[in-house]
Amino acid sequence: MYAWILILLLLAVMAVAYQLGIRRAISSAGGFSRINTLHSLPAYYGLYAALWAGIPSLLLMGIWIGFQDQIVASLVTANLSSDLLDGQSAGHVNLILNDIKNLATGNIVSVNVTPEIQAAADQFARLERIANWSMWLAVLAVALGGMAYAWQKTEPRMRARNRVESIVLLIMVICSLIAILTTLGIVLSVLFESLRFFQMISPLEFFFGTEWSPQIAMRTDQVGASGAFGAIPLFTGTLMVSLIAMLVAVPIGLMSAIYLSEYASRHIRAIAKPVIEVLAGIPTVVYGFFAALTVAPVIRDLGAAIGLQVASESALAAGLVMGIMIIPFVSSLSDDVINAVPQSMRDGSYALGATQSETIRRVIIPAALPGIVGGILLAISRAIGETMIVVMAAGMAANLTANPLDSVTTVTVQIVTLLTGDQEFDSAKTLAAFALGLTLFLVTLTLNIIALSIVRKYREQYE
Amino acid sequence: MNNPAPTQSGATPRRTIDIVNASLKRRYAQERRFRLVGVFAVALGLAFVVLLFTDIISKGYTAFQQTYIRLPVTLSQDIIDPTGTRDLNAISGANYNKLIRDALRQQFPEVTDRRELRQIYAMLSIGAPQLLREQVMADPGLIGTTQEIWVLADDEIDMLIKGNIDRHAAQSDRQVSDETIAWVSRLEQQGRIAKHFNTIFFTHGTSREPELAGIAGALMGSFYTLLLTLVLSFPIGVGAALYLEEFAPKNRWTDLIEVNVNNLAAVPSIVFGLLGLAVFIGFFGVQRSTPLVAALVMTIMTLPTIIIASRVALKSVPPSIREAALGIGASPLQTQFHHVLPLALPGMLTGAIIGMARALGETAPLLMIGMIAFIVDIPHGFNDSATVLPVQIYLWADSPERAFVERTSAAIIVLLAFLFLMNLAAVLLRRKFERRW
Amino acid sequence: MSATIATMEKATGAMSAAELASARHSRETVGDFTTANPRMTCRDVDVWYGSKQAIKGVSLDIGKNEVVSMIGPSGCGKSTFLRSLNRMNDTIVGCRVTGSIKLDGQEIYDKGLDPVPLRARVGMVFQKPNPFPKSIYENVAYGSRIHGLTNNKAELDGLVESSLQKAGLWNEVKDRLDQPGTGLSGGQQQRLCIARTIAVSPEVILMDEPCSALDPIATAIIEELIDELRQNYSIAIVTHSMQQAARVSQRTAYFHLGDLIEVGETNQIFTNPQHKLTEDYITGRFG
Repeated sequence: MYAWILILLLLAVMAVAYQLGIRRAISSAGGFSRINTLHSLPAYYGLYAALWAGIPSLLLMGIWIGFQDQIVASLVTANLSSDLLDGQSAGHVNLILNDIKNLATGNIVSVNVTPEIQAAADQFARLERIANWSMWLAVLAVALGGMAYAWQKTEPRMRARNRVESIVLLIMVICSLIAILTTLGIVLSVLFESLRFFQMISPLEFFFGTEWSPQIAMRTDQVGASGAFGAIPLFTGTLMVSLIAMLVAVPIGLMSAIYLSEYASRHIRAIAKPVIEVLAGIPTVVYGFFAALTVAPVIRDLGAAIGLQVASESALAAGLVMGIMIIPFVSSLSDDVINAVPQSMRDGSYALGATQSETIRRVIIPAALPGIVGGILLAISRAIGETMIVVMAAGMAANLTANPLDSVTTVTVQIVTLLTGDQEFDSAKTLAAFALGLTLFLVTLTLNIIALSIVRKYREQYE
Repeated sequence: MNNPAPTQSGATPRRTIDIVNASLKRRYAQERRFRLVGVFAVALGLAFVVLLFTDIISKGYTAFQQTYIRLPVTLSQDIIDPTGTRDLNAISGANYNKLIRDALRQQFPEVTDRRELRQIYAMLSIGAPQLLREQVMADPGLIGTTQEIWVLADDEIDMLIKGNIDRHAAQSDRQVSDETIAWVSRLEQQGRIAKHFNTIFFTHGTSREPELAGIAGALMGSFYTLLLTLVLSFPIGVGAALYLEEFAPKNRWTDLIEVNVNNLAAVPSIVFGLLGLAVFIGFFGVQRSTPLVAALVMTIMTLPTIIIASRVALKSVPPSIREAALGIGASPLQTQFHHVLPLALPGMLTGAIIGMARALGETAPLLMIGMIAFIVDIPHGFNDSATVLPVQIYLWADSPERAFVERTSAAIIVLLAFLFLMNLAAVLLRRKFERRW
Repeated sequence: MSATIATMEKATGAMSAAELASARHSRETVGDFTTANPRMTCRDVDVWYGSKQAIKGVSLDIGKNEVVSMIGPSGCGKSTFLRSLNRMNDTIVGCRVTGSIKLDGQEIYDKGLDPVPLRARVGMVFQKPNPFPKSIYENVAYGSRIHGLTNNKAELDGLVESSLQKAGLWNEVKDRLDQPGTGLSGGQQQRLCIARTIAVSPEVILMDEPCSALDPIATAIIEELIDELRQNYSIAIVTHSMQQAARVSQRTAYFHLGDLIEVGETNQIFTNPQHKLTEDYITGRFG
């Protein structure tokens, strides 16, 4: 909470700096009457001062908060006696450290409090207090220092507007770099953990193994020593669910796009199109609930009625509902590309005496095909990466099966399962989730890049 | 002129029009079939929407009411405040459970069997004494009187009253015993059972007991998360869009950023969860399960949406506006901030609202960063442990009790209502400020 | 170069806007709009776009084995009239046609008449070449495939070849029939579209400014082709170029603001126009 007060305080300092900057500029020009001797409007001098007061201090505060915990923790660990730490895994040291932190903040602790731990906790609390106070002092000092610097720099010939503008431009550049940093962050974080995983489990076993049972690794408490990490059942499960979803979504989505853009009156189109697109706005957790509690039982009962054995968490239920979710995705993308086919194509076909459906099937769809394929690829990537529906409706059993009535599991389900229990960053079980995440990221990225470039080329063709 | 269709065979050439006419019937049948398939597809799409909504609403609307049992509770001074000092600590520690149970037992004087008594007591919610305590502490004047008090019923009684448990089914097929049903019927005849608006659902955090579970904690968690997400992502998104659209030179770097943004918008959301886990929690040490870390992940996730929408909004401002401002000597940045940005702002806000709506419904990445924890307390800040509405729905959907199905559906109705309002706001905003140049 | 009433008034000097407007309803077509051997006969045709009247009481015959050209300034309705001849106007929402248009004595706007076989008999070539995004072969074979005109692959091959030959394109494309039609040059594309139309063996071919998007050499080839096609088909061509009308057609009709002003032998129209508006247009006083 203290951080918020400090931020408010900094904002106040910035406001003061703004006012002072304006006054300073006016007085340095020699009063209001000579204000036009200033290079920029007085407000820019104020902004200049405010930015100098705010930005360096905020940066310092961010860095300080980012590293304070780690430094304090390492200081405390260094003081702990060696017999407490010797021969312990990194995870265990973390546990001890957690206890110390909890003790220091007055929370409930899991272990008995030995005097040594108590002492460490006291030290921890003391260091944290010191660190907090020194951060306040340092940040405020920097803020005031920045303000003083701006004050000193302010004189009529100073090009305040240009300086403020270049700072603002720099901030905008940083904003747009965040997009790159995100991708980099995804790739690096996932790649890094995946590499650690592949040191324990060979990529060959991971990509071509047919048995998946990561839980064993936890139970025997031997990191990576046992447990099977063959991801083929996950890949086939993902493919099956996605395939079912596409079998539902592509025909319905494509045909409704065709009907709404070629046949329907403007009135019907104005109602039906947004209503179908409502499906795109419904959160996936709602679809998951619908799949697990409504669709799956219906399918099971239907199966039982005709004498089929249907698992209560079948791939069919998850795939069907995922298909419903993807319908608007396919239909709106198809709608776009069908509308991009020029009217002259339709005219040419009608002028030869083609009926409307012949024109659509033989001219419009072939003409729109690249765009439609691009849209379908995007939809597939969406299906592969979809999580909640399969988590709630597809189950955990890694069956290698081609029967859609069986329960299967998918890559995303396993990522969630592996990461929602207790985590240790160096167990193969946790790291496997990152390897799966990397696979998922690469596959969807490839699909997206291909799809987006196809769609772009297609648009250019008719523009 | 009857131009013959060129035929290789030397037979009498047929007129084109005869051939065409001969096949027309078949072709029109084909046309009708194709059209029918289209109608069918649209109807199916619409049917799914209707089915989804009716299913959720029919399962969930009953949760907005909750069954209570009216009992004459004797708030005896001896039990609540034996010293008579009205000391709140003493009042708070009193045995309210006994008061309620005694009141209930009075209704069934003939029952003495221990096992049966336990069944009678089970008709009341475990949380009922706590609620009574709150009532008494709010108004200590009640002490020493006998009040007709509406006491919260157990979820099974609630389900029975709402008709979700079939009274005529065999006893082994339902969770409520024949005796209980008889007692409930008696209470009903006496007018002692009624359904009231379910305030608990909107004011309490989650609970293991369905009748005590509410969405207030999750709603607050969602609120804090969204607020912080908006504060972080909107300025960054607008800044990035402004730079990319108006200032950036067209070169390989900006192309790369552009491709990047488009692809990030299509990356599966769960990957952002992995990023959050590895970078924000693992590397920067942000506390898990907090709105803070959720908002960081959501910011990264919604940023591409906001950037793309903002760029579209900037593109729609005609260049003549920029030329006019530059022409009277405004600096490029002044042009943007004084003239272009105000015109593009409604479009940007629309994009931001749509991005927020997506973030509000997002679940998968939040599972990775610990929002899945069972948290009863309502969060009061960005650094409190919290969960959010969609994750709460996910957690409740896992619970086997019939009463939780009802509550999950109700929570979904609330979530959809919020999403509807946000999208409505976006549509209205667009309509109000839409300009054709 | 759109001609509004005001600019025309300035150009002609002779008629004020009011005079033009009042003259409109009383205006009779000058010259003989009938022909000895008609394939299509149009009488008092009105075409409306919503509440706006685009064609006003036009009567015109299109004879067998002749080329009729329609000329006039932009917006005079000549394309609209052409499109009403094979009911292509049906695809435009709010378009209404009244009056009588007969093909071989049969009313084409009859309620019971089906536009699909009609269009198989009255083909159309458009202003901008619009080959389908298919191979050259498939472009020409399209009509035959939808109508089922041929019974086997050999017949279809023969039809494609003869159509391309008639359109004068065969020698240029015979080695690359499987390549996309969109890869041809503009003039070739237009001839491909003509071949596509011929392949259905229509009785009438309507051409809507078929050369306006082409260079002079491609235009000359198409004009030559039109002359050859006259042997087998009736052709109505809308053109922007008076010279083209003079070169390819036997009869010429001059349209002005939805009215058919004058019809006659092409020679006579261009050398001795009877109506003042025709003369002003031909001599380039407006347009």
